[in-house]
Amino acid sequence: MIPELGHYALVLALALGLVQAIVPLAGARWHDTALMRLGSSTASMQFVFVAVSFLALTACYVTSDFSVSSVFENSHSQMPLIYKVTSVWGNHEGSMLLWVLILSLFGALVALFGNNLPETLKANVLAVQYWIACAFYHFILLTSNPFLRLAQAPLEGRDLNPILQDIGLAIHPPLLYLGYVGFSIAFSFAIAALIEGRIDAAWARWVRPWTLAAWMCLTVGIAMGSYWAYYELGWGGFWFWDPVENASLMPWLAGTALLHSAVVMEKRNALKIWTLLLAILAFSLSLIGTFLVRSGVLTSVHTFASDPKRGVFILAILVLFIGGGLTLFAWRAPMLKQGGLFAPVSREGALVFNNLFLTTACLTVFVGTLYPLALEALTDEKISVGAPFFNLTFAPLFIPLMFAMPFGPLLAWKRGDVLGVAQRLMAAFAAALLAIAVTFVVTGMSSALAPFGIGLALFVMAGALTDLVERTGLFRLPLATARMRAAGLPRSTWGTAVAHFGIAVTLFGIVCQTWASERIVALKPTQTVELAGYDLTFDGMVQHAGPNFRELAAKFTVRSGGVPIGVMEPSKRSFASRGTTTTEAALMTRGVSQLYLSLGDTNDDGSIAVRLYHKPMVLLIWLGAVVMMLGGGLSLSDRRLRIGAPKPATKSVLQPAE
Amino acid sequence: MRALGKLALLIALALPGVTHAVTPSEMLKDPVLESRARNLSRELRCMVCQNQSIDDSEAPLAKDLRLLVRERLTLGDSDKQVLDFLVSRYGEFVLLKPRFEWHTLLLWGVSPAVLLIGVFALVMMARRRSAVIASPPALSEAEQRRLSTLTGPSSANVD
Repeated sequence: MIPELGHYALVLALALGLVQAIVPLAGARWHDTALMRLGSSTASMQFVFVAVSFLALTACYVTSDFSVSSVFENSHSQMPLIYKVTSVWGNHEGSMLLWVLILSLFGALVALFGNNLPETLKANVLAVQYWIACAFYHFILLTSNPFLRLAQAPLEGRDLNPILQDIGLAIHPPLLYLGYVGFSIAFSFAIAALIEGRIDAAWARWVRPWTLAAWMCLTVGIAMGSYWAYYELGWGGFWFWDPVENASLMPWLAGTALLHSAVVMEKRNALKIWTLLLAILAFSLSLIGTFLVRSGVLTSVHTFASDPKRGVFILAILVLFIGGGLTLFAWRAPMLKQGGLFAPVSREGALVFNNLFLTTACLTVFVGTLYPLALEALTDEKISVGAPFFNLTFAPLFIPLMFAMPFGPLLAWKRGDVLGVAQRLMAAFAAALLAIAVTFVVTGMSSALAPFGIGLALFVMAGALTDLVERTGLFRLPLATARMRAAGLPRSTWGTAVAHFGIAVTLFGIVCQTWASERIVALKPTQTVELAGYDLTFDGMVQHAGPNFRELAAKFTVRSGGVPIGVMEPSKRSFASRGTTTTEAALMTRGVSQLYLSLGDTNDDGSIAVRLYHKPMVLLIWLGAVVMMLGGGLSLSDRRLRIGAPKPATKSVLQPAE
Repeated sequence: MRALGKLALLIALALPGVTHAVTPSEMLKDPVLESRARNLSRELRCMVCQNQSIDDSEAPLAKDLRLLVRERLTLGDSDKQVLDFLVSRYGEFVLLKPRFEWHTLLLWGVSPAVLLIGVFALVMMARRRSAVIASPPALSEAEQRRLSTLTGPSSANVD
C-alpha cells in the first residue's frame, strides 16, 4: 500500500507540475494576476506531494519491504537504521527522487519567500522551474520508478554496495544535489529574464542568495566527497580527477564565476549578458554532470545502474534545456541593454579577470573530461586523460587567479589604483616572503616549487585580513572606532574575506601534501615501523563482528618519542550478502595532520602488507572548504539580501516598455 | 614471464576484491630507481580500471605493468624509453597524460586558446571604451560659438 501511495503522490506532483509549467506563463503573458498567483500554490502543493512520495520510499527502506524492487536490490534487513535511510538515495531511482524533492523544495521556497519579486518575473521563474521538474518527473516515472514491485517478495535484500555504507555517503549526495539543483533557480531566473526581455541590477540581487546557497552546499558537498574518497578508497588521495568528480567541479567553477559576476551586475549594472550566460551554464553543467553520472557513459562507484534507455532520456532533457536555454539566450540577449562603464583596472576589472580564469579552468576540466569520449566516438581512437593532464593544465590557471585574489576587494569600483593597492598589501607580501623563506629553511630543498605555493596561500590569507584591517581602520584609528566600523561593515564584506581566506587554507593543505611521506612494508606481529617521528608496533590481528559484516583488524600501537599515544586498527570487512570485501583505513589525527594506515595482503609467512602515510596539514584541505561555506553564509545573511531589493515607496506610473 | 603470470594468478586468487596497490615485494632495492618507478606508475593507466593509475590500482594487470616498468628500469631504460615501450605495446590508451599530437590538438589547445582570445577581447573592449571616454564627440558649431563668447574675454584676462 505504501509504495503505491508514494507512486500515486509522484503522479499527482507531475499533474500539478504540468499545470504549473503552463498557467503562470500564460498569466504573465496576459497580465492575469489570478493565473500568475496559481503558480505559488501549485509550487507548494507539489513539494508536499513529492515529499509524501519520498517519505513513502523511505518507509519502504526502513521497514525493509523487499517486495519493492529497489529496496530488494539495495537494502538488507540487518543494516543499521542510518544506512537503511541513506540507501534510499544510494541507488539510481532513489537518488533521482531526491533530486526532484530538492527541485520542488527550491520551487516552493521561491513561491514562499519571493513576495518581493515583480509578479510577472515570479510567475515566469516558477513556470520555468517546473519545466525542469516535469522533465525529471517523467524521467522517474517512465524509466526509473523506485516503487516498482516484484511479483514475489524475496526474504532478504541484496544489501547496499558496502563501499557506500558510510556516513560520508549519507551527507555527500544530498549536499551535492542541493548545489546542482540550487543552480536551477539561477537558470530559471535567467530564462524568465530572457522571456521578459528585461534585466536589471535588482535581478542580480534576487538571484544572488539562491546562487550563494547552492554554491555553499556544493562547496561542502564536494569537500565531503573528497574526504570520503580519501578515507574509504584506501589509497590516501583526496582528488583523483575522476570524471564523476569533474562533473561536480565544473558547476562549482561556473557557479563561483556566477557569484562574482552577479556582484558586478548588482553594484554597477554591468556584465548583464555575461551573468545571464553564466547562470545558464552553471545549471547546464549540473545537468551534464547528472548525465555523465547517471547515463552509464562512465562507469564507476557512482554509477549505480547503467541503462541505455535512461541515458538517452537524460540526454534528451539535456539537449532540450541546454539547447533551448542557449538558443533563447542567442535570440534575446542582444536586446538587453548594457550599462556601467569601467576602467580595466578596477574592482569590476578584477572580477572580470576572475571570471576569465574560472571559466577557462572550467573549460579545461570540461574538455579533459569529454575529449576521450568524443575522440572515441568520432575516430575509434582511445586515449586516457587523467590526473597528470589536469594537474598540468588546471594549476597554472589557478595560480594567477589566487595571486589576483587579494587585489580585487581592495580595488575601487570604476577606476582603481593598482600601485596603491600593492602598497596596502605590503604586509601580505612580507608575510608571503617570510613564509617562503621559512619553508625553505624547514624543509630543505626537497621541493623547489612547493614553498612558493605556501607563500601564495599565506599571501591570500594575509590579503583577506588586510582587506578587513583597511576597512575597519584597525591599527590606524582608536580601537573603539575600529570596533564600531567592524560592526558596521556589511556582512558581505566579511563573507568575501572569510571565503577568500578559506580557499587559501585549502591551497595550504594541498601544497603541504608535497611533504607527505609513505612507507610500504610487510610486518610480522611485534615488528615496528617508523615514519615521521611516529613508531607503529604491530600487535596482532583481532576479529570483530558488525551488524552485517565480519571484520579482520590489525592492531597497531602508536608511539611518539617512545610514549604510547593511541591505537590504530585498519581492517578489512567482508560482507556476506554480496561476497565483497572493503578495506577500512585507520586514521589518527594529530592537530590538523593525520597518520593514515591501510592494510594489504596477508603473506604466507604470516606477515601483513601495510601502507602507512603521514599527511601533514591534510585536514586543512577540507576545513578550508568549511571556511568558504561560512564565508558564503555570512554573505547570505547580509542585510541587503535579507531585506531584499528596494521597492519604490509610492505607486509610480509604469512607463511603457518601448 | 611465466613467473609473472603465476604471480598474477596468485594475486587474483588472494582475497576477493581487495588486494593492495604497490606491495613491498615488488619494490626495488635501489631507492632512486624505485622513486622513478613510482613516478612513472602515476602516469600510466591501469587499462582494466576506471581512471586509476597503475600506482593506485589493485588489479592483477596493474601489478604486471608495475613489474614491467621496474624490469625495464633495472635494464637501464630511461623514463622516456619505458613510456615508449609501453605505448608500443598497449597503445596510447596507457598514458594518463596524452601526448601532444594532431589528434590531441584540441585537448591541449582549447583552453590556452580561449584564455588568449578572452584576454584579447577584453583588451579590445577596454580600448574601445577608453576611446569613447577619452574623445567625446566634437562640439557643434553653435556650441563652439557659445563657448568662445563665454571664454573669450576671460582668457584674454588670464594672459
